[in-house]
Amino acid sequence: METVVDITLLALLAVAGLAILRTRNLFSAVMLAGIYSLVAAALFTTLDAVDVAFTEAAVGAGISTVLFLGTLALVGWEEKKPAHRPLLPLVVVLITGAALVYGTADLPPFGAADNPVHDSDVARRYIEESPHEIGVPNMVTSVLASYRGYDTMGETTVIFAALVGVLLLIARGPRPRRVWDPDRKEWLTRWDDPQSDGGDGAGTSQGGAHG
Amino acid sequence: MDDQVILRMAAKWLIPFILIFALYVQFHGDYGPGGGFQAGVIFAAGFVLHSLVFGLKDTLRVLPPWVAYACGALGVVLYAGVGVVTMALGAEYLNYNVLSYDPEHGQHYGILLVELGVLITVFGVMLGVYYAFAGRRRLDG
Repeated sequence: METVVDITLLALLAVAGLAILRTRNLFSAVMLAGIYSLVAAALFTTLDAVDVAFTEAAVGAGISTVLFLGTLALVGWEEKKPAHRPLLPLVVVLITGAALVYGTADLPPFGAADNPVHDSDVARRYIEESPHEIGVPNMVTSVLASYRGYDTMGETTVIFAALVGVLLLIARGPRPRRVWDPDRKEWLTRWDDPQSDGGDGAGTSQGGAHG
Repeated sequence: MDDQVILRMAAKWLIPFILIFALYVQFHGDYGPGGGFQAGVIFAAGFVLHSLVFGLKDTLRVLPPWVAYACGALGVVLYAGVGVVTMALGAEYLNYNVLSYDPEHGQHYGILLVELGVLITVFGVMLGVYYAFAGRRRLDG
């Protein structure tokens, strides 16, 4: 039964991937990418990696799709025809894919009892010590927040750095503006609304999707 | 979308549950799948849904961009601050054992606080990035 589920999900992944390649409509490409993420999340669930599946569903299928749509509202919905011939990229992709498939031959079989991961001292220590050392039933949380606390702090900082980068690159929207108020004789900070072009109240109430 | 009555009503009912679900994912992370990253994304998704249905203008009034930006920084400060506190209490950086009367309780408090930091940062960043994209106009439009 598990094999059937795995094969079905992997086939769906392949179909979604090929469909993304074929379509010139970027809206369907974004929707298919969301479906791809959701199927990948289901696949992670069958591999018992529920935390990863959760993140994939929330970030990959959820927020990413919304951000892609926000971008499409700015750049348009149709992909331009490529100017070059697809031969060279095809060769590169085929060679890379072949190398990756060749690499999987060295991987230990999934779920086998004598896999190296079950034999490592680190894994054994987490499994044996974390219940009374940390006392948190979900071992993923113990590792993420305590044993690997430095890593997680780095990740949080990277996410913050991403915000700084995005704001530096594209935020032309709400920005604080110092305005001199002659009546109160002081400088005020104003956050201008990005949807109204200086005029007030005339804008539509619809969000980013209107171009 | 002023005329989409069903959509507006459904969103109005859904948003509180999305936010509550985010908090459940956050605080249930010790026992099941979940944690700050997922909860932050889900919490931000509640506000994204609000802006998709009621318009960006209304969402910006509910939660102005500077709040999102401040959250993005605040979470990192909270996370790093826990480390500073543990150092002040005489242990290594981010060693939560000293946060309470016994190591196991200290670990619980520490994990709770740093996960809260992750939640706040991820929420602020996701919403800030969304605002940046949605608030921009088409160059040729």
